[in-house]
Amino acid sequence: MNPVPTALDERFRTAAAAAGLLDLAYDVLDETPVGPLLVGVTRHGLARISFESDPETQLERLARLYGLRVLRSGRPVDRVRRELDEYFEGRRRAFDLELDLQVVPAFHRRVLAELARVGYGRTTTYGALAARAGNPRAARAVGTVMNRNPVPIVLPCHRVVGANGSLTGYGGGLDRKEWLLRLEGALL
Amino acid sequence: MSVSVPPFETFYDAHKDEVLRFLHRRVGRERADDLFQDTFLRALRAYDRLEHGEHLRAWVLTIASHLVVDGARRERPQAELLIEPGGDDSRPAFEELAPLTDGLPPKERAAVVLRYGYDLGYDEIGAALGSNEQAARQAASAGVRRLRKEAQEP
Repeated sequence: MNPVPTALDERFRTAAAAAGLLDLAYDVLDETPVGPLLVGVTRHGLARISFESDPETQLERLARLYGLRVLRSGRPVDRVRRELDEYFEGRRRAFDLELDLQVVPAFHRRVLAELARVGYGRTTTYGALAARAGNPRAARAVGTVMNRNPVPIVLPCHRVVGANGSLTGYGGGLDRKEWLLRLEGALL
Repeated sequence: MSVSVPPFETFYDAHKDEVLRFLHRRVGRERADDLFQDTFLRALRAYDRLEHGEHLRAWVLTIASHLVVDGARRERPQAELLIEPGGDDSRPAFEELAPLTDGLPPKERAAVVLRYGYDLGYDEIGAALGSNEQAARQAASAGVRRLRKEAQEP
């Protein structure tokens, strides 16, 4: 069977996004220093960055969260791609992106809003973040929020470490957390 | 239990090659590219209203076929469909029909190709032709009769 030529395929994917018909447009950024990333964007903004980049394992879940009209489409992801590239090259210290956190529960959103204020090259602890979100005893819950952060790197959960300074954990694995902190000069 | 509707990417990936092949055969390469995009945009517009994930292949070929018929109708007005009572429901192989169907009026051609080449139900073909099951059955049947007649002429 003749496969659909790439140009025609891409033309449709671009048109689908341009017509505003997608619940989520995603693309896989194959060559980042932290490995391939799946990036998902809704019409409201960046909704998803996943280290689990194989769409096969992600599509059903994304469709359940955002709607059935999920399609790979590079164009809507271009801006996120560019900002991430600049960040990885050390040329960007803050992201200027709209976020779509509609699927995130309220408490998680409050914690993520505090997380967003932890600047480049700085670190904080789970307990301190819990306190800033209004519940000093919720350190463990904050750990869960970090683990489920829908947009790691852009919302910098890698900047949250244990009270004793240990890296503790990271949804994308500790190697990546360490790499990101080194990039930012927070680890020597 | 009904089959759930898959994410659009999965649906698109599963059917895009066949839809393009179908359109190539119907309208030629150049028009097929445009209709390919229109077919899947139309599918995308309707996608969140689907109630289950069954017959999606038939559904998308129906959309494609509808666009082919629409385009043909716009380009050259056709004579009224020849409708005769009573159906001939025998099924000639698609391979025998394929080279012959180009001479048929668009509705009959679409009905014959969808019924015998793609095994769609008459209800689905009816939807594709903007009419109903009965009209689709008659169009397919009229198409087959016309083909037989042409084949028998010296």
